[in-house]
Amino acid sequence: MPGKLKVKIVAGRHLPVMDRASDLTDAFVEVKFGNTTFKTDVYNKSLNPQWNSEWFKFEVDDEDLQDEPLQITVLDHDTYSANDAIGKVYIDIDPLLYSEAATVISGWFPIYDTIHGIRGEINVVVKVDLFNDLNRFRQSSCGVKFFCTTSIPKCYQAVIIHGFVEELVVNEDPEYQWIDRIRTPRASNEARQRLISLMSGELQRKIGLKVLEMRGNAVVGYLQCFDLEGESGLVVRAIGTACTLDKLSSTAAFLPACNSPSKEMKESPLVHPPSHGCRSTHNSPIHTATGSRLTQNFSVSVPTLIYTGMGSGSAGKEGGPFKALLRQQTQSALEQREFPFFTLTAFPPGFLVHVGGVVSARSVKLLDRIHNPDEPETRDAWWAEIRQEIKSHAKALGCHAVVGYSESTSICEEVCILSASGTAAVLNPRFLQDGTVEGCLEPRQEENLPAGCGFCHIPYDELNMPFPAHLTYCYSCRKQKVPDVLFTTIDLPTDATVIGKGCLIQARLCRLKKKAQAEANATAISNLLPFMEYEVHTQLMNKLKLKGMNALFGLRIQITVGENMLMGLASATGVYLTALPMPGGIQIAGKTPNDGSYEQHISHMQKKINDTIAKNKELYEINPPEIPEEIIGSPIPEPRQRSRLLRSQSESSDEVIELDLSHGKKDAFVLEIDDTDAMEDVHSLLTDVPPPSGFYSCNTEIMPGINNWTSEIQMFTSVRVSRLSNINLTNQTLNKNFNDLCENLLKSLYFKLRSMIPCCLCHVNFTVSLPEDELIQVTVTAVAITFDKHQAVQTTKTHVEKSLQRASTDNEELLQFPLELCTDSLASHPFSPAKEHLESASSNSGIPAAQRATSIDYSSFADRCNSWIELIKLKAQTIRRGSIKTTVSVEKASPLTEGHFRQRSAPACANSTVGVVKMTPLSFIPGAKITKYLGIINMFFIRETTSLREEGGVSGFLHAFIAEVFAMVRAHVAALGGNAVVSYIMKQCVFMENPNKNQAQCLINVSGDAVIFVRESELEIISAQQPVASCQPACSGGEIAT
Amino acid sequence: MTNELDIFVGNTTLIDEDVYRLWLDGYSVNDAVGLRVRSGILEQTGATAGVLQSDTMDHYRTFHMLERLLHTPPKLLHQLVFQIPPSRQALLIERYYAFDEAFVREVLGKKLSKGTKKDLDDISTKTGVTLKSCRRQFDNFKRVFKVVEEMRGSLAGNIQQHFLLSDRLARDYAAVVFFANNRFETGKKKLQYLTFGDLAFCAELMIQNWTPGAVDSQVDDMDVDLDKEFLQDLKELKVLVADKDLLDLHKSLVCTALRGKLSVFPEMEANFKNLSRGLVNIASKLTHTKDVRDLFVDLVEKFIEPCRSDRWPLNDVRLFLNQYSASVHSLDGFRHQALWDRYMVTLRSCLLRMYHD
Repeated sequence: MPGKLKVKIVAGRHLPVMDRASDLTDAFVEVKFGNTTFKTDVYNKSLNPQWNSEWFKFEVDDEDLQDEPLQITVLDHDTYSANDAIGKVYIDIDPLLYSEAATVISGWFPIYDTIHGIRGEINVVVKVDLFNDLNRFRQSSCGVKFFCTTSIPKCYQAVIIHGFVEELVVNEDPEYQWIDRIRTPRASNEARQRLISLMSGELQRKIGLKVLEMRGNAVVGYLQCFDLEGESGLVVRAIGTACTLDKLSSTAAFLPACNSPSKEMKESPLVHPPSHGCRSTHNSPIHTATGSRLTQNFSVSVPTLIYTGMGSGSAGKEGGPFKALLRQQTQSALEQREFPFFTLTAFPPGFLVHVGGVVSARSVKLLDRIHNPDEPETRDAWWAEIRQEIKSHAKALGCHAVVGYSESTSICEEVCILSASGTAAVLNPRFLQDGTVEGCLEPRQEENLPAGCGFCHIPYDELNMPFPAHLTYCYSCRKQKVPDVLFTTIDLPTDATVIGKGCLIQARLCRLKKKAQAEANATAISNLLPFMEYEVHTQLMNKLKLKGMNALFGLRIQITVGENMLMGLASATGVYLTALPMPGGIQIAGKTPNDGSYEQHISHMQKKINDTIAKNKELYEINPPEIPEEIIGSPIPEPRQRSRLLRSQSESSDEVIELDLSHGKKDAFVLEIDDTDAMEDVHSLLTDVPPPSGFYSCNTEIMPGINNWTSEIQMFTSVRVSRLSNINLTNQTLNKNFNDLCENLLKSLYFKLRSMIPCCLCHVNFTVSLPEDELIQVTVTAVAITFDKHQAVQTTKTHVEKSLQRASTDNEELLQFPLELCTDSLASHPFSPAKEHLESASSNSGIPAAQRATSIDYSSFADRCNSWIELIKLKAQTIRRGSIKTTVSVEKASPLTEGHFRQRSAPACANSTVGVVKMTPLSFIPGAKITKYLGIINMFFIRETTSLREEGGVSGFLHAFIAEVFAMVRAHVAALGGNAVVSYIMKQCVFMENPNKNQAQCLINVSGDAVIFVRESELEIISAQQPVASCQPACSGGEIAT
Repeated sequence: MTNELDIFVGNTTLIDEDVYRLWLDGYSVNDAVGLRVRSGILEQTGATAGVLQSDTMDHYRTFHMLERLLHTPPKLLHQLVFQIPPSRQALLIERYYAFDEAFVREVLGKKLSKGTKKDLDDISTKTGVTLKSCRRQFDNFKRVFKVVEEMRGSLAGNIQQHFLLSDRLARDYAAVVFFANNRFETGKKKLQYLTFGDLAFCAELMIQNWTPGAVDSQVDDMDVDLDKEFLQDLKELKVLVADKDLLDLHKSLVCTALRGKLSVFPEMEANFKNLSRGLVNIASKLTHTKDVRDLFVDLVEKFIEPCRSDRWPLNDVRLFLNQYSASVHSLDGFRHQALWDRYMVTLRSCLLRMYHD
C-alpha cells in the first residue's frame, strides 16, 4: 500500500442551471480513483455550492497512482429521475509523485463536459502521501521526472545523459467498439478520454521504469503522441532522452571558489592555449581508449554520455565513467540502447562536436487490427526498423549519434506513413568545456576569434565522402572543411556565430494521388514519396539561397497523406553561419535558346531573383566580410556538388532506396526553366512575401541575431481549414492553393500581432492534415515575443561590465552542465567557468586532458570494420584540427565569476503573480528565471457538438474549444502552484465535421512543463534584500540516481 | 479555395479596440471591414482585404463569446476561459455598457418592457444608431434595472458593484434606472432640448434628496422610488400660494431683495405669482403618479418657458430662485421650512441646469 491519495472538494461556482423550474442546481460531486468512488453531500439550490467536504482517502498502489487519473464528476441531484452529469475534471496526479515538484494540487478547475464544454468551476485540493517502497521489483517508476523541454531544464544540471527511451502501448479505440452504437456520444467521448489518460499514464510509467533501469532519474525531451488508427486501434507512443539530472544547488557552496581563472590557465601543463569547443579532447590518442573498449566486446552501442567522473582526480581516465559503462554493460542489453538518439535540440556548449546533416526515414505501412494489445510487436517492429535506418544513415555521415530526433505518423484510412528524422552528429564524449565563456556572451562579432565553428566542420572524411558535397575550408578557422550548406533539426547552438538575423523558411508541396485501396494505395504513396522529398529539398535550397543564407536549423518535414493527395510541408529557420561559405546565387537557364523574347523573359526573371536576394540580404542584415580568395584556400577539386539530405523510403518490403538529392555538377544553383512547372516554381519562389517590417519569424527556440527580448509574450494557436474547389485539380493549382493558404495564414498572424511590433514569432509550428477529400487543415502554434529595437546588442566589454545580472543568467545556463565535471573539484572550484575545469582538472590529475577522453563509446562504429577505419580517419582529422585553435582572451572570465555571487538567489517566493498563467512553446520565459519545475502537463480532450450552427459554426465551435483547452491547461498549472507552461505543444488537433447533420467533433492533445518563474526585475530586488543565503529551501534535492 | 474555418486563439485574448467599437456599434462583419478599409489600415499595415476580413471575423467571434460574460461582469473577472489583463477587462465592460446620447434620450423614462423593445426599430431609424446597438443598449438598461431594482443601498453603488462600471457610468445608469422606474416623461417635443446630462443631473439630485434613501439608508428600494411620505407632505406647501397674505408677503420679500439686481425685474414682479403658483402646485400634485411622470413637462411649462419668453438671463434666474427659496424662511406663518428646503434645493438646481436653449 505505498500511497494514500487525499482529495477534498471545497466548492463550486458558476454552475449551469440544471433545474429550469427554480433556475438553480442541486449539485453534488463524485470523486473516483481506480475502482473506488466517494460522494459529497448534495448542496441544494445553488449555482455556487459550498461542499467543504471531508478528506476522501484512497489507499492505492503507486502503479495505479501513475496510471490512473483522478476523476471528479459534478452531478445535479434529481429525486425522481437519474442524476444529470454537469461535467468532469480529470486531474493527473503525477506531479505529486516526485518530491521536488508540487506538493499539493489546489485550485479552481473548469468543469468540462464533452458536449457542452466548460460549465462552471470546482475548487479541489489533492494531496498524496507516499510511503517508501522497498520492493525492488516494483512496476512503478514514481520519482522519475518528465520534461517536454528539449534541452536540459533551466534549474537542473545533467550528470549523465543516458540516451534514448521509447515505448508504445496500444488498445482498441472505444469509438470503434460495438458498444459505441448503443451508448451516448458523451459516454463514448468520456470512455475515450479516460482510456487515453490511462494509456498515457501507463506509458509514462513504463518509460520511467526503463529510465530507472538505466539508472537515470529523468526524461528530457519527452514527446508523447497518439495514433488514431481507427478500426485497427489506438496507439500511444512516446520517445524521450533519459538523463540523470541534478538540481542546481544553492549559493553557499560556491562562495569559496573564486580562483583566478587566468592563473589556472598558466599553470596548466598543457601547452596549447585554451581554445573553444572541446578540441583538447581530440588531442588524446583516442584509439587507445576506444581500443580498450573494443577488447571488452561491447556488442551494444551505448549512447551514454558521461559528464561526471572527470574530477575523480588521478583516476581520471579509468574512473567513474568507466565504471558507469561497466555497470551498464552488465545490465541486460536493452533494445533501446541500440539507438544513440537524443530528442534534445539544444545542448550545452561543447556537447556537439560536429553536425553531419539531417537524416530521415519514412515508411509506408498498412494498418491491421491490433490483436493483442499487450504485445504491440508489429508497431514496435515498424519503429525499430525506421530507427535502424536512421542509425545507418547517421553512420554513413560519419556520425555516431542522432540529435534533435523526432518521430511522427500520418494516417489516412488504413495507410500509415511513419517518419523519423534527426540530425546526425558527433558528440563530445565528455564535457570539456573551454571556450564557453565567450560563447555565452552573445556578441561575438567583434572578436576576431573563430569561435563556434566546430560543429560545422564535416564529421565524415573528405576523401571518402558518403555523398557528393561541395567542401571548402571553414570561413571562421580556415583550417577544417565545411559543407557549403548545412541542414539540421536542432536549435542553433549557443556558441555558433551568425551574421544578421534568421528567418522562417518553408517549402510547401502537394501531389495528387489516385484513390486506391490497400496495397495499391501504399505502393502509390511510396512511389510518390521520393519525388516529394526531392522537391521539398529543392524548394528549401532555393528559398535558402534566395534569402542569402547558408544553413537551416529546426528543420521539420511533414508529409501528410490524404485520400487523393499527399502534402509536404517543411519548416526551418534559415541563418547565415559565418563558418560556411557565402551562398551562391540562383541562375536561371532556359531550355530553348535563340528565342529572343524568351531570353528576355529569362533575363528578366534572373534580374528579379538577384534583386530579391539583394533585398533579403539587406532585410536580414547579412553582410559577411569579404574574404580574400587565397585565405580560403583552393577549392576542393572533386566533387563539386551540393550537400544533400540523406534519407530513404521503404515500403513494408524493407527495400531501401537511397535518394540522391544533389543537383549534379553545377557551379551555382541553376534552375532550368524547361516547362511551365519550373516557371511555377520560380514564381512561387518570388511570391513568398517577407514579414512586414518590425516582424521576424523563426521556428527555433530563439531568433538568431536577436537577443534583447522584452517580457511581453503572446502564445497562440491558429487553425484554418480550406476547401479546394473540385474542378480541374492539378498539382499546380493545388500547390498554389496550399502556398496561398500558408502565406495568408502568416500574413494574418502578422496583422493580428501588429501591436507587438517590434516582435518575433518564435517556434512557429505548422501542422497540416487532410481531414477529408477536399479539405486542408493547417494548424499553427507559435509565440510572439517583443524585443527592444533600440537597446541593440551591446559590445562584450560593456556587456560584461554593466550587466552583471545578465552575465549571471548566462552563467546559470552555463553551469548546468560543466559543474559536475568533477565531483571532487566541485567543492573547490565550482564557480569557475568550465574552461578552468578542464585545465584545473587536468593539472590536478597530472594527466593531460587529452588522455582522459575515455567515456565516449564508438563501439557502434566498431561493429563494422569499415566504419572503424572511418572513425580512425575522423579522429586523425580532429586531432589535427584540435591543436591549432587560437587563443581566447581570459579576461572575460573574471567578471563572470564575480557575477555569480549576485545571481544565487533562487527564491522560493513563487506566487507573486497569481492569476495569470503564461504559456509558451519555448523552454524559457524572456526576462524571467524559472525557479521550479512542477511536473509535466499532458492533457487530452474531446469536444463534440450536435448543434454546430447554434455554436457559431465550425469556427465558433473550434475557437471556443481551443480557448477552453487553454483555460484547462492554465487551471491545472495554477493548481500546481505554477505561473507558466513552457515547452507547450499542441500535438494533435483532429477536427471532423458534418455540417449536414449539424455535428462536429474535435480531439486535442497538448503537453508542456508547468513551472514557476520569477521576473528578473523581481529577482534583483530579492537578491538585494537577501544577499546570499536566500536560496536553499527550494532544493529538496537528494534525487540523484546512480 | 475558401476558408471553411479560420480561427486565432491567443493565450491572452487579443482585443482590438477599434473592432470592438465597430462591433458595439452594431455593424455587420462586412460593414466593419468596409469601415476599416476606409480608415486606411490596409495602407498602414500592408495587409490585404482577406486578412482584414479574417481578422474582423475573429474579433467578432471573440466578442460574441465574451458577450455572455459581459452580461454579468463579475463573471468576466472570475472566468477562466479568456485570459484578459484587468485593464482590458475594465475597458471591455465600460465600453459595453456605454450608451449613445441619442438613444438614451429616446428611451429615458420609458418602461423597459417588450413594448418599448418593439419600438427600437423606429428609434434606430430616428437616431441613426444601428438596431443591433439599440438592442444592446436597451438590454443593458433592462438588465441593470432588473438587478438593482429591489436592492438595498445606494443605487449607483449597487450598479457599480454588480456591473463593475466606472463611477461616472454607474451614476448615469442610476439616472436611467431612476427615470425608468418613475417613468418621467422626457420625450415631449418641448423637452427635446434637454440633454441626457441635464436629466441625469436632475435624477442624481432627486435620488439624493427625494428618495427614502435620503432620510434612511436601510430601506428597500431606497434610491429607486420617490419618498412617498415626502410627496404626501409636499401638499402642505400649497399654503404658500393658497394663502393670499402669505403669497403677497413672499412676493414683497423677494421683490425687495432683488430690486435693482435683476435686468428683468419688472417681468419678474409681474410674473411672480404665476411662477410661484406653478412651482408650488407642481409640488402639491406629486402624489399623483401621472403628475410625477409629467414633472419635467410641468417644470418647463410652468417655469422655464415663461422665463424664457421674457428673456431672463440665467444669472437672473439664479438670483431669483435663490431669493425665492430663501425668503420663505422669513415667512413667520409658514411651518414647513425643512420640507420646503428639501423640495426647493433640488428643484432650484434642476431648474438652473435645465434653463438653457
